[in-house]
Amino acid sequence: MKILVPVKRVVDYNVKVRVKADGTGVETAGVKMSMNPFDEIAVEEAVRLKEKGIATEIVAVSLGIAACAETIRTALAMGADRGILVETDVDLQPLAVAKLLKALAEREQPGLMILGKQAIDDDMSSTGQMLAALLGWPQGTFASKLVFENGGLTVTREVDGGLETVALSLPAIVTTDLRLNEPRYASLPNIMKARKKPIETLKPADLGVDPAPRLTVLKVVEPAKRKAGAKVGSVAELVQKLRTEAKVI
Amino acid sequence: MNFDLTEEQHLVADTVRSFVERELYPLEQQVERLGDVPREMARDIQRKVIDLGFHAPNIPEEFGGGGLDHLTFALLERELGRTSMALNHWWYRPSNILCAANTEQRERYLLPCVRGERMDALAMTEPDAGSDVRGMKCFARRDGDDWIVNGTKHFISHADWADFVIVFIATGEEARGRKRITCFLVDRGTPGFDIRLGYNSVSHRGYHNCILTFDDCRLPASQILGEEGQGFEVANEWLYATRLTVATMSVGRARRAFDLALNYAAQRKQFGQQIGKFQGVSFKLADLITSIDAADLLTLSAAWRLDRKLPANREIAQAKLFATEMLARVTDEAIQIHGGMGLMDDLPLERFWRDARVERIWDGTSEIQRHIISRELLRPLGA
Ligand SMILES: Cc1cc2nc3c(=O)[nH]c(=O)nc-3n(C[C@H](O)[C@H](O)[C@H](O)COP(=O)(O)OP(=O)(O)OC[C@H]3O[C@@H](n4cnc5c(N)ncnc54)[C@H](O)[C@@H]3O)c2cc1C
Ligand SMILES: Cc1cc2nc3c(=O)[nH]c(=O)nc-3n(C[C@H](O)[C@H](O)[C@H](O)COP(=O)(O)OP(=O)(O)OC[C@H]3O[C@@H](n4cnc5c(N)ncnc54)[C@H](O)[C@@H]3O)c2cc1C
Repeated sequence: MKILVPVKRVVDYNVKVRVKADGTGVETAGVKMSMNPFDEIAVEEAVRLKEKGIATEIVAVSLGIAACAETIRTALAMGADRGILVETDVDLQPLAVAKLLKALAEREQPGLMILGKQAIDDDMSSTGQMLAALLGWPQGTFASKLVFENGGLTVTREVDGGLETVALSLPAIVTTDLRLNEPRYASLPNIMKARKKPIETLKPADLGVDPAPRLTVLKVVEPAKRKAGAKVGSVAELVQKLRTEAKVI
Repeated sequence: MNFDLTEEQHLVADTVRSFVERELYPLEQQVERLGDVPREMARDIQRKVIDLGFHAPNIPEEFGGGGLDHLTFALLERELGRTSMALNHWWYRPSNILCAANTEQRERYLLPCVRGERMDALAMTEPDAGSDVRGMKCFARRDGDDWIVNGTKHFISHADWADFVIVFIATGEEARGRKRITCFLVDRGTPGFDIRLGYNSVSHRGYHNCILTFDDCRLPASQILGEEGQGFEVANEWLYATRLTVATMSVGRARRAFDLALNYAAQRKQFGQQIGKFQGVSFKLADLITSIDAADLLTLSAAWRLDRKLPANREIAQAKLFATEMLARVTDEAIQIHGGMGLMDDLPLERFWRDARVERIWDGTSEIQRHIISRELLRPLGA
């Protein structure tokens, strides 16, 4: 089975993001960029499936500017076999990403696509779902466990208030939650091997997709500063404040 | 001139950085309080590094090591330098000099080190011979095919963890009274050879220095690394580059201290505004980052010269001198910017400041580095 894993280049999770002075977006100039952490979990899961003999090939895909090749290279160093970069300077929104991935899925015919449940930059959490709809494939989102049996896939999903288990036929879409696995560090031999693995570069036009944005960003602002909390002296005082000030009980 | 790193170099640096931040930072407090690295913790770190194929990254691939070039290795050590020597030691880098081993010694010493089964320490310094290494008193006299050794070494780092020690010993005198120095491989447990803990050092708690004593210790000639009387030639060939380690690690640690100071300056308010808005603080930050970047470039360019087999003696000395003095200043000012809190062991700054102190002393003091630099300049002029 071939697995396609989209990996997004985002501001590193350690960086304290700043809004650009003109309010058009978040400052990325001179900022450390890394692979979206949920995508790292996706790559890790694919590599584990390959180690278990369930997957035969892992293709890492990134969409965006030329520097996204670095993100693909990271996936290759973790164990992916080859990469595809769909290069564009256009600001890609989830629907455009889903359309591009659909075109790639039709071209590559994978048995499974594993995506992050969301990207930590825009927190949209919609690409996986849109892609499943466009392809007409079943989806198991927010996955914390995957089990392959009888030619199908069972996905344990982290939903509000508990775990839900769904059975999917393949090909299918999975999006990863935090607890699916703990991604590995790239090993030195794999870092050295990654250089020799191929990355193919395409343009959106090669896939017949117009990636132009459908949404307009009006303004980006810093979140409101949280007000300082208050310390209470006793449980009784807490209950009283919840009743009289917060009015929640 | 090209300052770009390759994708592999980025990946190596990022991987080491993540490992150090996620696996080693959380252990620092415990090591600091214990003044030791518990055996299980040490083995656990080493096992993880072996699994990553990152063990012995400095040793050529033909011997099973990582085979990194000097520049990539410098990037790796820069990230390792963010944490203390006690912890980063277990991302084990066997002494390069073991590559001088003959085929038989390779099986007994180099290869087990690369596999993580044995560990070395390296001993030159003696109570009466520090900067003046050639003045050593530790002496071996010939007895048939064997050598009988007497003397003392001190300040020997992590010999308490070592299974064997690479020891430099005088084996005679040349006509002009110059000592002949020979390099020996001495196994722990050899009769007449003793390793005990040395002094308590203010720097790098948990990374112990040891005292070695030789009391009529008998070593067969097969324990000689390289040729008899060629100890310094072997050392010059193989240890030449390891002085850069102190410089690269200083740069990594300085960046960590600086980041803390920068963030604090942006947050801490006094007199109704962030202290970073006072020129007294902001100009400090400007000077610190300038000296860190300068040290970084000196260090990486020395490594680059080593990769190109260009003369690098002066450049390595400059990097070691500048980076270690920079680290002292950066850690001191990082504390200053934190005010009283900087001194408290709730923050790692007081530790960085203490750890910084030894960097100007070991692997050749700042004065000896200045001596090397000036000699390189003046000797060609006949002075
Ligand atoms: C914690 C620690 C760990 C160490 N680990 C090891 C190890 O693993 N293996 C090992 O072999 N050694 C090790 N050393 C020894 C280290 O390399 C020496 O401390 C260093 O070379 C200086 O020698 P010294 O301490 O005897 O000082 P000295 O050489 O006595 O120097 C005293 C002072 O005189 C100055 N000085 C000396 N000669 C000159 C000169 N010609 N011109 C100007 N000034 C001069 C020095 O710069 C210094 O300021 C370690 C030291 C420490 C502190
Ligand atoms: C061991 C110890 C014992 C102490 N004992 C006592 C005690 O018994 N009683 C007591 O009352 N206090 C005591 N102190 C507090 C001490 O006086 C303060 O630490 C000191 O005044 C600095 O304040 P701070 O630590 O809050 O640093 P901050 O005032 O937050 O300063 C942080 C940094 O900002 C700089 N800075 C601040 N304002 C400006 C400015 N306008 N322009 C330029 N730079 C600026 C400072 O110089 C410093 O580098 C003690 C402190 C220590 C560490």
